[in-house]
Amino acid sequence: MDKPPSSHALNQSFQRRTFFIGAAQASIGLLLAGRMGYIAVAENEKYRMEAESNRVNLTLIPPRRGWILDRHGAPLASNRADFRVDIIPERVEDVQGTVRVLGDLLALSAVDRQDLLDRLESAPRFSAVPVASGLDYETFAAVTVRLPELPGVIPQRGYSRYYPTGPSVGHLIGYVGAPSREEYEAEPTPLLLTPGFKLGKDGLEKQFEQELRGRPGARRVEVTASGRIVRDLDTRDDVQGKPVRLTIDGPLQDYAARRLGLESGSVVVMDCRTGDILCMASMPSFDPNSFSDGIGRVEYQMLAENERVPLRNKVLKGLYPPGSTVKPMVGMAFLEAGIDPKETVFCGGGLQVGNRRFGCWNRRGHGQVDMAKGIYQSCDVYFYHLAQRVGMDAIAPMARKCGMGETFPLPVLSQFFGTVPDPAWKMQKYGQPWQSFDTVNATIGQGYMLSNPLQLAVMSARLATGKRVMPRLVYDETRPRFDLMGFSDDHVHVIQEAMSDVVNGPGTAGRARLPIPDVLMAGKTGTAQVVGLNISNGRTGPWKYRDHGLFTFFAPYDNPIYAGVVVIEHGGGSGSAYPVARDVMTFLFDPQKGLDALHALERQWGGTAQERLAADYARYAAAAGVDLPRPPDPITLARQVEAEARAAAPEPATPVPDAIIPREDPVASATEGTEE
Amino acid sequence: MRRSIPLPAPLAALPWIMLLPLFALVLFGAAVLHSAAGGSMSPYALSHILRFLVFLVGALVLMMLPRRLVLDNAYLAYGGVLALLVAVEVVGAVGGGSQRWLELGVVRLQPSELMKPVIVLVLASFFHTLPIGMLRSWRALLPPLVLMSLPMGLVLLQPDLGTALAIGFGGVVVVFLAGVPLRWFIGGGLLAAVAAPLAYFFVLQDYQRRRVTTFLDPESDPLGSGYHIIQSKIAIGSGGIDGKGFGQGSQSHLNYLPEPHTDFVFATMAEEWGLIGGLFVLLVFGIILRWGLLVARAAPDRFSRLLAAGMTATIFFYVAVNLMMVMGLAPVVGIPLPFMSHGGSSMMTNMICIGTLMMVDRWTRQGGGRAS
Repeated sequence: MDKPPSSHALNQSFQRRTFFIGAAQASIGLLLAGRMGYIAVAENEKYRMEAESNRVNLTLIPPRRGWILDRHGAPLASNRADFRVDIIPERVEDVQGTVRVLGDLLALSAVDRQDLLDRLESAPRFSAVPVASGLDYETFAAVTVRLPELPGVIPQRGYSRYYPTGPSVGHLIGYVGAPSREEYEAEPTPLLLTPGFKLGKDGLEKQFEQELRGRPGARRVEVTASGRIVRDLDTRDDVQGKPVRLTIDGPLQDYAARRLGLESGSVVVMDCRTGDILCMASMPSFDPNSFSDGIGRVEYQMLAENERVPLRNKVLKGLYPPGSTVKPMVGMAFLEAGIDPKETVFCGGGLQVGNRRFGCWNRRGHGQVDMAKGIYQSCDVYFYHLAQRVGMDAIAPMARKCGMGETFPLPVLSQFFGTVPDPAWKMQKYGQPWQSFDTVNATIGQGYMLSNPLQLAVMSARLATGKRVMPRLVYDETRPRFDLMGFSDDHVHVIQEAMSDVVNGPGTAGRARLPIPDVLMAGKTGTAQVVGLNISNGRTGPWKYRDHGLFTFFAPYDNPIYAGVVVIEHGGGSGSAYPVARDVMTFLFDPQKGLDALHALERQWGGTAQERLAADYARYAAAAGVDLPRPPDPITLARQVEAEARAAAPEPATPVPDAIIPREDPVASATEGTEE
Repeated sequence: MRRSIPLPAPLAALPWIMLLPLFALVLFGAAVLHSAAGGSMSPYALSHILRFLVFLVGALVLMMLPRRLVLDNAYLAYGGVLALLVAVEVVGAVGGGSQRWLELGVVRLQPSELMKPVIVLVLASFFHTLPIGMLRSWRALLPPLVLMSLPMGLVLLQPDLGTALAIGFGGVVVVFLAGVPLRWFIGGGLLAAVAAPLAYFFVLQDYQRRRVTTFLDPESDPLGSGYHIIQSKIAIGSGGIDGKGFGQGSQSHLNYLPEPHTDFVFATMAEEWGLIGGLFVLLVFGIILRWGLLVARAAPDRFSRLLAAGMTATIFFYVAVNLMMVMGLAPVVGIPLPFMSHGGSSMMTNMICIGTLMMVDRWTRQGGGRAS
């Protein structure tokens, strides 16, 4: 074909080539038809599923948390329906701008805004960060209207945790909060990323997390590619978490917490027939309501700076020398060792042992002292003398039997168990032999001896009943059968009578007598020295050098129903403790009478605990400004508080070199007590 | 058909065998656009029909043009459109950014669109006047290459790869049908095979390169460029045989499908009308293209033949590339589907092609056996 083609040949070529083009076009058409048939028929199932998963979005509805109830079924922690706003950090385009707009809409302070920015930065990118809850409808609507310019902001109806008595239950119940990165990594379920979902961060809220949580509901919605919800398809309701019913008597808990007033201390009341813990108050405290939306920097700073450690649960993590409150227990050890309660010891203000003299708190002396007088007058010499005879190996086992040094099977995150010293313990710990002054110290609850308030309450209950009462926190209709302690009934009566005389007889706490006819309360005062006489007289001067005031009690004295303890940190002596015990017990038997006493006091103090906390906060916030360090997240905070509590336990690093010299007239503070 | 239904003469002269399916396709397109607008005639469906009617009138005017006039003014038209392309570059450079169109008062003109039929016109004219003896010499090849590369270069500068390829395709088909030796095409094909990798690395823009890589593996970037192809396949695949029903397409209505009214209109259609709708669209395009080729083969002279075949190829290029793209057989190049996608430029171009084909058809019937 090298010669030039003719016109005819050219047309032939054109016809061939158009035919070729037409055939090529037709085959591409067939290819397209085949391809479409393959996608639409053979792969239809797959693509239909993908279209559905595009279209339908499953959102979880956070389950309503189970309530925490007191023994009467009244809520200590409940849920409040509210309007709330959350932010999902990874969907936010302009963090600063979003916080500014939200801040204006919600009227957030500068501090709140900074806190919010911190949380947005530290939270997992994909999980919801709470901005505000408990909003009224107008505010909520105002945020909703601005949504198109606020990507990542999620306003919704939901529930927030509500603690009606606030700080009164802070340490006991704990609080809830949005899951942290660590918690999500430990339990990577979608629920933890759901806006509005909170889990227990501390206390019983954390301990009973699985029971309280419930099952999330789900909502299937049709969404656009940009995530806008077009319509609801269907909804499965959530299953509310199970309630947890405690042995706590809510009104009593609140009363005790409020009655502690300006002091730093704890109150435990138990039912000694069942072991039910009726009240476990530790003050000052924090408001778990405000912790649930995240802990603000001002609030944290205020609580962290307070030397009365509002973040520590003092009932379980406060360790104190029990002071003279151990004397009934030591007396029981004497009785069990065969000492006749009628046997007398002469107290001339001190006891000569070898070439040493150990002083009684009463420098003038108590004269002839038998066991009853030894307890109600808290005569040190009586106990020094007989302790030398029976020895520490009779006293330490009795202390342990009564609950000192014991860890109780309670659903709490941690409890410190303190120290019951004996010769073997001292040798092991310090490598030094037991000295007679160590026994002297131990018989008056000083030296190495340390216990937490719950242990002291249990000790009181066990001595009062002669039964091995075990405390319990979860309500149970069944009545436990406690083992007997093995005390003879006569011995129990001796102790009951002697402890009744502390209050109702010629004892050290006459002003603790209950203003209730026919109900006699028995008790024992205790004053625990924190520093030696050379530093402080224990009653005035710097707060942290003042003596702890303690009071263990039970009532009625001859048929014990309730037993408990009041510990006032640095209260200046037992005189700070037993008025609290008296009012708390009064409230149990006659609530109105108890409340009248409290209201009079609260007028002096400037409101209830919750009101004072709010006022403190406002004052502190006004002074502090934004330039505060960032608060730790709840897990770190819990560890920090625990570590500080351990460090604060006054266990001596070196052996106690000598006998503690008891305060002269430790109960004198009763007459000039701060409360009255 | 023309014989069985009595019609007034000018109407009876129209190629109803092509026009009736075309009307059906445009109306079907309007229905799909109605759905894509969320069940509303505005903003797409109504203007789609109005534009079609306007350009149909234009096509009828075009159809009436005499052969001589067209043949004589081919180079003038080419020069004019080329000048407009240069003007686009100048305006773009002055305005400080690349653009593809010229603002002419109320109308926004995209000269690169006009170039698609015009390149066919000018090459048909060139080969018509080229002496047959020169068909095997370089003179048959070099001028067409220059004629093609000038506008392609200008369009690539915009940058608009899809349109440049469309211009090139139309031109190459005309050159092929003009009867130049096959070996040149085979050689050219080999050259392209070598040039393609080079072009990939040195000519293509970043976004175009990404389109090629995601086309080869769409799952590699499911939220980026691959998103388009994946969502389009989901729309087509989930439609099944008979579709989800008119107005029921979730992919388009919930915005998962990108550009549901322009480039991906076929996916929008397929989701709601299924394979049946898809085969209908393919069938109509098949009818139109077959008619176009028949017009070309029946045409009396070389110019008319090449012109008609080139116009058919231009329409085919749109259809094939768009459909391959939405079905995941070609990269996303931004070429709309003729007569269905919303958009004035492609409607204009395709109606110019249709009008030109009707014109050639008229010449054939009028002139009878008047050969070149």
